[in-house]
This record gives sequence, C-alpha cells and structure tokens, in this order.
Amino acid sequence: MNLSSALTQIKEEIKGHALSCGLDFFETIFEVIDYAQINEVASYGGFPTRYPHWRFGMEYEELSKGYAYGLQKIYEMVINNDPCYAYLMESNNLVDQKIVMGHVYAHCDFFKNNIYFSSTNRKMIDEMANHGMRMRNYVEQYGEEDVERFIDCCLSLENLIDVHSPFQERKRRREDQEIEEEEPPKTVQKIRSKEYMDRFINPQEFMDAQKRKLEEEKQRERMFPEHPERDILLFMIEHAPMEKWQRNILSMIREESYYFSPQAQTKIMNEGWATYWHSKIMTEKALKDSELIDYADHHSGTLAVRPGHINPYKLGVELFRDIEERWNKGKFGKDYDECDDYLAKKNWNQNLGRGREKIFEVRRIYNDINFIDTFLTKEFCEDHKLFTFKYNEETKRYEIDDRDFKKIKQKLLFSLTNMGNPIILVEDGNHGNRGDLLLNHQHEGVDLRIDYAKDTLKNLFQIWRRPVHIHTTVEGRKKRLSFTGQEHLEKDI
Amino acid sequence: MVSKIERDHTRFRQIVRGKIKKELKRYITQGELIGKKGKDLISIPLPQIDIPRFRYETRKTGGVGQGEGEPGTSIGGDGEANGSSGAGNLPGEHILEVDISMDELAAILGEELELPRIEPRGKKNITAQRDKYAGIRSTGPETLRVFKRTYKEALRRQLAQGSYDPTDPVIIPVRDDKRYRSWKTHTTPESNAAIIYMMDVSGSMGDEQKEIVRIESFWIDTWLRSQYKGIQIRYIIHDAVAREVDQHSFYHTRQSGGTKISSAYKYASKLIREVYPPTEWNIYAFHFSDGDNWSGGDTNECIELLRQEILPHCNLVCYGQVESPYGSGQFIKDLREHFRDSEPLVVSEIKDKDGIYDSIKEFLGKGR
Repeated sequence: MNLSSALTQIKEEIKGHALSCGLDFFETIFEVIDYAQINEVASYGGFPTRYPHWRFGMEYEELSKGYAYGLQKIYEMVINNDPCYAYLMESNNLVDQKIVMGHVYAHCDFFKNNIYFSSTNRKMIDEMANHGMRMRNYVEQYGEEDVERFIDCCLSLENLIDVHSPFQERKRRREDQEIEEEEPPKTVQKIRSKEYMDRFINPQEFMDAQKRKLEEEKQRERMFPEHPERDILLFMIEHAPMEKWQRNILSMIREESYYFSPQAQTKIMNEGWATYWHSKIMTEKALKDSELIDYADHHSGTLAVRPGHINPYKLGVELFRDIEERWNKGKFGKDYDECDDYLAKKNWNQNLGRGREKIFEVRRIYNDINFIDTFLTKEFCEDHKLFTFKYNEETKRYEIDDRDFKKIKQKLLFSLTNMGNPIILVEDGNHGNRGDLLLNHQHEGVDLRIDYAKDTLKNLFQIWRRPVHIHTTVEGRKKRLSFTGQEHLEKDI
Repeated sequence: MVSKIERDHTRFRQIVRGKIKKELKRYITQGELIGKKGKDLISIPLPQIDIPRFRYETRKTGGVGQGEGEPGTSIGGDGEANGSSGAGNLPGEHILEVDISMDELAAILGEELELPRIEPRGKKNITAQRDKYAGIRSTGPETLRVFKRTYKEALRRQLAQGSYDPTDPVIIPVRDDKRYRSWKTHTTPESNAAIIYMMDVSGSMGDEQKEIVRIESFWIDTWLRSQYKGIQIRYIIHDAVAREVDQHSFYHTRQSGGTKISSAYKYASKLIREVYPPTEWNIYAFHFSDGDNWSGGDTNECIELLRQEILPHCNLVCYGQVESPYGSGQFIKDLREHFRDSEPLVVSEIKDKDGIYDSIKEFLGKGR
C-alpha cells in the first residue's frame, strides 16, 4: 500500500533530519501493510517472494500466534537492498511510525556504508524472487517430496560457510591450473652468501627444515583439499556427486546464507546504530510535546533488559554513546590508559570533540566482534551491570556466574565468534582413500550437541553419498563420529 | 500473497501431524501430553521442528546477561536457553503449542493405527433433520432474495420488452422477476453407541495397572467418539461385587477384596437389557483385569454370561489383561479356550505402557 499523505509528510521530514545528521542511505521505499502481511513477510525473512518451504510456515505460526496472544509485535522491518525496502505496520500510531522511520534510515545507512555489507547483493529482492521461481519449477519437475527433502538436507548444513570468504580471493580452480606449464621441480634453495659465511647463513639445521617444509608442501598438494576449508557448502557444490538441480538448490541456499551473514555479524552494532539515531532525531528534532509519553513508552520498551539476555539494541546504543563521549573528552590512548588516578580518569576531559566523527568511522569498519573487543571497557561493564551466567547442573537452572570484566568479554566474544557456530572444516575429501569425507571440529572449549551432530552427519551423507566422519572432542576425549549410510559409529582417537 | 504463506503453513501443520504420527507411540505411552482442555480442544506441547545442525551444547555454553544480582542468583529456568548470545544466533529450545481438535486427533490415531471405519450395526433409531439450500424459486421472504438471479431475470425481461436502453442501463425488477433461495430438509440417520467399561479393582491391581487402563480408555474414547454422534459411557468396577461409578472413581478406587468377574458381567448384561436395547444401540464393552479370578466356577459362569447375555448384543467385547505381579493371568487363557475367533470378542494382553499401542490396534482393528 502506498503511503498516506500524512505518512509521506512525516517521511519527508524524518528523511530531512536523517540527511542533516550526516546519514547516507540508499533510496528507501516504505510500504504500509497490516499485521497478517507483516507476519508473512517477516516469516520469509523480509522477502515475500522467497522459495516455498515449511520452515517459513513454522515461523509464521510462531509470529502470528505471538501476535494473537499479545506477546510480540513487529514494529519495523527493513531489507538490505538498493533501493532499501521498509515495512510499516498499518495499526501503529504516527509517533511509532516516526520512530520507525528514523530507525530505518539509520539501518539503511549502515547497510550502505558498513564494510561487511560491501559484498552483499544489492538486488537481493530480485535474486530471491529468481530463487523462488527456480525452486517452484524444480518442485513441479521433480516432485514436492524430493525437493523438500533435499532442501531440508541443505538447511542442515546452511551454517557451514566461511564468514571471511567474501573478502578473500578465491583459489583458482583445478582445471585452470592444469593448463599452465608444469613447473620445474622445486629444490631447497640456499640463501645467497659469500662462501666463508655460508655455514652461518645456511646451517645444516636450516637446510633440513627447508627440506622438510618442501616435502610437506608436496604432500599437501596431493591432499584434497590442499588446505582444510571452512566453506563446506562450496566444497559440496564443487565436489559432491549431485544432480544438477540439487547443485543449484545448494548454491542458492549458500548464496542466501552469505547474504544474511553480515546482518548476523553486526546485530549489536546495527541495532545500536539505528537506536542511537532514532532517539537523536526524535528527541532533538522531530518529537512534538503531545507525543512525548508514547515515544518514551516505545523507546523504553525497545531498550528493556531481561536477566539472562543481552538486548542488542541496548548494548549497541550504550556502546555507541560511550564511544562518542570518550572521543569527545579524549578518554583514550596511552595517557588515559596508563592513568591510575580514579578521579582524574573520571573527570578526564580534553575537549577533543571527535565523538561524532569516531562513531561514523566505527559504523564503517567494525563488526560486532572487533566492536566489542575494542570498545567494551571495564567501566562500561560495571556501569551496565553485565555478568556471565552458566547452567547449574544441581539446581537445573541458569545462575549468575561472575562479574569479572575479562570473563564477560571472553564469553561475549565467544558467543559472537563465527556467529555463534562451532568452527568446522573439511579436512579430507578422500579419507582412507575411499572417498569418505572427514570434517574437523576445532574445539574451543564447548562440546557439540551430539544428537544434532549425528543427524547432521546423516544429512551430509545424503549429499556426499559416501561415509562421513567428524573429529571432535566430547567431555575432554577426542572422538570420531561417523555415519556410514547404515549406522552411526563413535570411536575414540 | 496470502495464499503463499498459507501453503507453507499448511505444509508445516502437516509435518507436525506427521511428527505426531511417527511418535504417536511415545505420546500414548507417556500419556501426560494429552489432556482435554476447554470444550473439545486439547493442547499438545511439542518441540518445534528443529533442523539439525552442528551447534554447541547450549547448556554448556552459558553466556552474558545484564542486571542486578550476586553470583549464584538464578536468572530464570530452563526456558532461558537462548539467552546466551547477544547476536541471537543460537536458536532457542522452543516449545510450540499446537492445538489439535479431538476430531483431528482421532483422525491421526485412525491413520496411524490403520483403524477401519466402524460399520454401525444397530437400528438407526434417531434421525436428525437438517435444512440445506438447494435451489431457486420465485416466491419467498425478501431476506432470501438472490440479487444476481433477480437482476438477470429483470434484464432478460427488459431486453425482451425492448425497454432496455444501453446508454442508460437502469434495471428495475418487478415482482415476477424476483428470485429466492429455497431449501430442502434432509433427514439423516444417526447412530448411537454405548461404551461399558469394566475394571477389576481388587487388591492386585496397582496404580500402574490403572494408569494403563486410563490411557487406553482415553484413546478408545477418542476413536469411538469420532465414529458415533451420540455416545454414552458407563463405568463399572468390581472386586467380589460390582457397582457402577462415575469416571473419577473408576480410575481412582482401590479395593482389597477378592475377584469375581461374573459380578461385573452380570451388571453389564443388566445394563444392556434395561437401558441399552441392542436394537437401538451399538454397544461396546471393555473389561480390564489382571486375570486373577476367584475360582474356576466363577470363570465358567462368566463364560456362560458372555455367551448368552453379552456377546450376542454387542458390536464388540474386549478383554484387556494387564500384567500384574500378583495376578495369575489365568482368565485370558480360559477365554481363549472357550471362544475362538468367530465371536465379537477380542482379548489382548497388555504387558506395560508400550503394549497399549498394540492393544488398541487389536481391539479396534476389526472395524466393529
């Protein structure tokens, strides 16, 4: 539905404020829809034209029930696309729409300028529609059951991507390499030196080490893959025996995974940034006296915290405000860090006024991990009463564990690393010279959920069609979980 | 746009039903997941369909939170499992409530156990009348006037009369043009059923045995209700004497006397004679016991009663023998000896809760 004239007026006003604040966004198109439609669009992750699958129906059931019982309500939804699309809920009052618009413009600014979004497809709405169309054709051609079963398998592996890969150069394909002339066999090269210096510059140990290294490299070249790979989906697409349509489905799912991954990587920053700006625009510019109560109610709802939950809106906006203040007052750098006078530190003010500039820089080049790593301070943790919690086996409940800064930071960073997913690599695609697939879980202190891991292996087998194994650690013991096609095996290694 | 999500939603519901189908056995045996709520809705909390992935054991991860409290303070129970990640990427362990109507549940049960639809046997004594719109006529109350048909008639008439002017297409219906909906009254036969539950509550029937009986009768009820419009249920308990009780006492009474099964059969045959004439009712009798009857003489009496008074009048007579550490389990052998498969008598041994599934199938699998 098009915007009413009242909304168009508000839109122009808020847009003006956003531009004057220095926000820089794609053209943004607002659409007003009712709650049933917004639930539907949200179920599809914002893309109403997405491919059909039951999990979107599950999402819908949850959202619409949540709405029906008054448990939750979606205020805003915005799609990273050029132009950006944003949805407004019809039944919201005008103050809410104002807040949402301010929020949305800041999100669009973030999408456009944050480096982690730089390689996302800005025509994703079209792309998703294409995926939907292709998927529907496959359903017609190969039958709903088969296609759905295959999608289920793929979704089981959906998180096995390499979040850094959009920023790495792709390795050359094998075929391209074969065209090249064969290189002369490598030998250990001595470092050039005068003869009398030779035994110092190229001692025997050094030469041996070089030789070993070279041999290892040769060994590696025979390995498949040459180096362990994080992008397991890509490995599957390139090497697993699949029908063409299956390969295409897997490619589409991988593409969507990569499209959504920057949003997961910047959840705290993105929401913090949007909240920062909607509150700035509202309180300093757009708010009318009569709207104050509604605004305060809505805004405090957005920032509410529950124990045991980190609210990304709250944490994000407070960190941005903290950064702005610190860079305004010059609370950073060697002098500040080394100062151990509590009062002096507290009242530190060099009147630098670089806060605004700094937060714009931060929104450009950081993601949640280095954002937290760089800007979460001990003072901040204390001021905002952060804590770590753990599960108590005896009382069967979650309990506050500690308020130690280092532990908090470590826990927080851990939960963000690899978007909260375990790090898993393809180690060997021809394991035991039988075409088995060997994965390796880099154990970072937390075990895998074994029942899930087993079912995932089963799904992986559906695609790889040969036995699949994963090395992991269970309760301190190195183990190998396998699925052979008939049975699950578990073995100590 | 709307039809699209409906399709996915329906698909999800089907899978949820499928999920129940697959694990129906588990639901039946655990029993606690099924409870009547409201009028005829029951609510089954069942896990959201979670796509398996390589992921962390959430309990071991812990996480970061915000708020007051000393170390050791609880921050909420089991349900908070998804609080660990600020970025909200760890999927939580949701419990999703899905409402299933009793009819739907019965359909699932029937589908899963491959139960045949029941052929009502008794005379169709009660008929129900129902009105249905069936056609169009030219008289009737104004509230039932059909605009479209009336308009057409008027248009047709005006065209024929030549009073229709395409540049000013005004249609004025006259009395003869008007058309109204008409209805017909259908009479459909309705079949009724009476269920007579009998249970041995002698000392040897423990709580566990009663739990089995409770769960099994719940499912039998569910199925029969889906097959008959009007159902009446009577509960009889017996040790050495039989008496009729309400539903609650049926499941909760425990006595310590001896066992005379004939007493219950006598009571049942009296009920059939006096209250439920078999010409008008489909009668189902279920008897649960641990099979430890008082004497061989009584057993002979039971067999006589069954043969003369009960079996000829019933659609189905089921005897379920629950295994008990005290019972001898002789009764079922006696029944098997005297009644070959030809009669509407089905016997089944229920070893434990897992046996309920098969037992229901044995009881209801004949479609009687």
